Parts: sequence; structure tokens; C-alpha cells
Amino acid sequence: MTWTQMQPLLTQACVDTLYMVGWSTLVAALGGVPLGVLLVLTDRGGMLRNLAVNRVVGAVVNVGRSLPFVILLVALIPFTSAVVGTFIGPTAAVVPLAVGAVPFFARLVETAVREVDRGLVEAAQAMGGGTGTVVFKVLLPQALPSLVAGLTTTVIVLIGYSAMAGVVGAGGLGDLAHTYGYQRFETTLMLVTVAVLVALVTLVQLLGDAAVRLLGRRERTG
Amino acid sequence: MITTTDLTKVYRTRDREVTALDGVNLHVQEGEVHGVIGQSGAGKSSLIRCVNLLETPTSGTVTVDGRDLTALAGRGARPSAALRQARSRIGMVFQHFNLLSSRTVRGNVELPLEILGLGRAERRRKALDLLDLVGLAPHARAHPAQLSGGQKQRVGIARALAGDPKVLLSDEATSALDPETTASVLALLRDLNRQLGLTVLLITHEMDVVKTVCDSASLMRDGRIAESGTVRELLATPGSALAAALFPVGGPPPEDGDRTVVDVTFHGAATGRPLISQLARTYHVDVSILGAAMDTVGGAQIGRMRIELPGRFSDNVVPIGFLREQGLAVEVVTGAAPADAQASAAPTKEATR
Repeated sequence: MTWTQMQPLLTQACVDTLYMVGWSTLVAALGGVPLGVLLVLTDRGGMLRNLAVNRVVGAVVNVGRSLPFVILLVALIPFTSAVVGTFIGPTAAVVPLAVGAVPFFARLVETAVREVDRGLVEAAQAMGGGTGTVVFKVLLPQALPSLVAGLTTTVIVLIGYSAMAGVVGAGGLGDLAHTYGYQRFETTLMLVTVAVLVALVTLVQLLGDAAVRLLGRRERTG
Repeated sequence: MITTTDLTKVYRTRDREVTALDGVNLHVQEGEVHGVIGQSGAGKSSLIRCVNLLETPTSGTVTVDGRDLTALAGRGARPSAALRQARSRIGMVFQHFNLLSSRTVRGNVELPLEILGLGRAERRRKALDLLDLVGLAPHARAHPAQLSGGQKQRVGIARALAGDPKVLLSDEATSALDPETTASVLALLRDLNRQLGLTVLLITHEMDVVKTVCDSASLMRDGRIAESGTVRELLATPGSALAAALFPVGGPPPEDGDRTVVDVTFHGAATGRPLISQLARTYHVDVSILGAAMDTVGGAQIGRMRIELPGRFSDNVVPIGFLREQGLAVEVVTGAAPADAQASAAPTKEATR
């Protein structure tokens, strides 16, 4: 297979991967942050202490995290059809990707928020701040570097998951490597695809690290 | 200004109960600096956290500026709007500063103003005024990590003053600072107390802090207030562990019954008079000085001296009476009781020196 033959395939695969990862990351961030914060607030010693809610949310998150993604991909087909009207293609893959990523990111958010010094929460409460103040002015801003680091990890995991999305005919780089490279013995294409994936993951990690460094700069002396 | 009535706080863990506060009655007058001193575990921290209800008392009431905060608290863990409003008028500074590293110095001071709902321009103006007051205006755009410990605590103080509080709570505010910085932060608290008429309740384990800034003090032990009063009253109270710790007069304890050891406290006009030599001349007794200390407490000169007189106590009733007549507080150190009282106050830095 020549480069001219490979190029359109690669371009389309890249676009599909970025599309799937982009949307599912967005959903993971929007869903994971509130869930993670809720897990901290409702826990023992939290501001909204409610162990029943905490256990239920915790259990849902754990179930979400323990299901292998391939199973999720297939099991969610009826749900996916209901939400986006189809169960094939990149848009359909976004649904299981997001469902898998939300609990994953929620746990990372929980850890990041838990690490915020309790003294800061106490200070905000002593000023007369309520739960909203504590969450939006203390917990989230203080946890921001860790949240960004967690989101970077989530994006990378999603790139890996999206490779499996080929199962639902979603396309993307993983699917390209599998269908052309592996099943049709196009070793060159497979190697190029893998190289692109490595480059993509590295790029995401570098960008994430840079963002964390930038945000963390204020916390160091100098 | 601050009154707690029969305040108790019991922490329940799975298998046991810990009583941190065991019926605390504390009174802090308007405009004074009141220090609560005690060993760690004595309940000081629980007490100050109960004053603004960061900890909900198990029983008892807390009144600040005429408002019963315990009645405002509402049910459950979430503070009511009325309690949050009341808290915004009570400033608090912390041992570990508790500044947001995500915000600049100015941003930290603006946080309570945001909670109060002030507009952007007003917040900025007020934050800069407060930073000017604590001498940190040039550092407004720095991040807390770039500041020294003393500067961080000044930011903490500026932040605590943002709600125009009448009361400032200080939770070991100088315990993480070196002695020099401690002195400057305490001087700042003193100035604010005088300039703004701020009532300050501070807790500390350092006797020096009480000595430097407090008008009155309480000693906490095992969740109770063991002694309380103005520094002057305490020094005049026979057997006061707090007075002994504020003013340790060393010297060996009496060993046999043939000598009488007394602790004499001078304050006010008595500090300037040669009373000991008058005593020796008038009664022809040989006075040995075992230990003495002179210092300024809450702006007044105070001295304490441990002296030894030959003969039993019964032989020395007249000279001791003379000292009492001259307006000195005289405390006879006999046997085990006073020595024990002093030992229990000993863990403070000053007393063990």
C-alpha cells in the first residue's frame, strides 16, 4: 500500500478518533466533576454528609469502572440507539466511551478534591461561606492542577478505549490498524497507525503536563 | 463580647467518647485581648472552634456580640444563613494561615468580600486598604507561596478583618512563626485591638504570647477553665498556676521547717520602692533572694520574687504582714501544694526555662 493510498485512510481515522475522544472527554469532565465533588461532600466529615447518597453514588461509580469496556460497548447498544438514534459509527461510540470515562474521571476528581487542605475549607466556612463558596472558590480552584492531570490521564485512556470502538464500526485509528493492518496484512499501515497513536498519546501527555506545570507554578516559591 | 455558658463538646468515636470541653464558662469583655492557654489536648482548639460554631457544641450556648449563635445554628450539619451571616462578622486567623495558593494575596483578602457580595471595584479597593493596614500593600499581586511565614499571617489577618469584625479569633496564630516574627505579628494584633477596638480571643500554648499582648487570660486544663481573670488579678491570686507560669521565680523549694519561703509579687507603685531592704532594716531579718523576675505584662511593670526568711512561718508573721501592708501579694510557699501547682503549669516554654 502506497502513501497516497494510506493518507486518506489515516486522515479519516484521525478525525474519527479525535471526534470520539473529544466528545467523550467533554462528557467525562461535565459528569465526572460533579460526581467526584459529590462523593467528597457526602462522605463522613463532608459538608453535605449523607452516607446513603455516598454509598449509592460510590457503588454506581464502582460498577461503571469495573465493567470491561468491550462489554460496555455491546451492553449499551440499546441505550446508545435511544440517545443518538444509531448504534454504529463514531457518534454511537461516544456514548459508551463517555459512560466508561465518567466514573473513571469521577474517582480521579474525588482524589484530587480530597487532597485539598481541610483548613482551607474551614477558613471559608469561618468567613461565612456556604457549600457553593467552598466548592467553587476553594475546592475546585485549589484542586485544578490535579484535575487537569486527571483529565489528561482520562483522555489517554479514552484514546485506548476508542481503538476498541471499531467493534461498533466507529472507525478511528485502532480500527484502521486492526482491519487493514492486521486482517489484511498491511504491516506498513499498521506500523504507521501505531506510530500516529504513540505520537497522539505523547502529545496529549506533554500538553497536559505543561498545563499542570503552568497551573502549579503559583504554588511554588519564586 | 464573647460568652460561653456551660459549653461541652464530646467527640464520639465507635468505641469511646472523648470529652474535649467539660462545662466551659468563658467571658471576654469588649475591647480586650483574652488569651486561653493550655497544653495540647486541653480543649483550647475545640473551644475556639465552638465560638464561631465551626464545631457544634454538644451542649451549652455561645453568645458573640449579644447574639446567641447556638440558637442560629439550625439543625443538621449545614450552617443556617443567619449563622453564616454572623460568622462573616467574626474574623479568624489560623496557625497554618490557610491561604488559597490558587489566588494572589489580594485575591485571598477579596474572598470574604465576595462572600459578602461586594462589587468588583469595592472589593479591590477594600482589599488594598486592608493590605495597607497590615503593611503588605506592595505584595498584593504576589502568591502566598512567595511570602514568608510572618507575611502570610499578615495576609491571614487582613483577610480576617475584611468583614469589619468586632471579634477576632486567633487559633495559635503565631505558633508556626519564629520568635521575632511572632513579636511583630503580636504587635500588629495589639495595634488592631487599640485602633479598631477589636476584641481578640486567642489561644496559644506559649506563655510569652499571653505576657506580650493579653489583658486577661484563662488557663485550660482537661476541658475546663482552671483559672481566669485579668493578668493583674491572676498575679494577685495566691496559688495561681497561671501567675506562676507567667512569672516563674526559680529557686529551690523549702526543705526543712526552719526557713520560710515566700513569693512576693510587685505591681503598680510598689515596683519602684525598696521594700525588701526596708523589711530587712525594720525587722532585722536576713532576707535571701532565691529568684526574681521583672517584666512588662499587658503594658504594666510587674515583678515577682521568691525570698527566704530565717525561722518558721510563725516567726515571720510580722514581716510578712509588713509586705502585705505595702500592697504586695505575698504567697507562702509551704510544702507540696504550691510546688505541685507550679509543676502542672510547667510545660509552657517560659516556666521550664
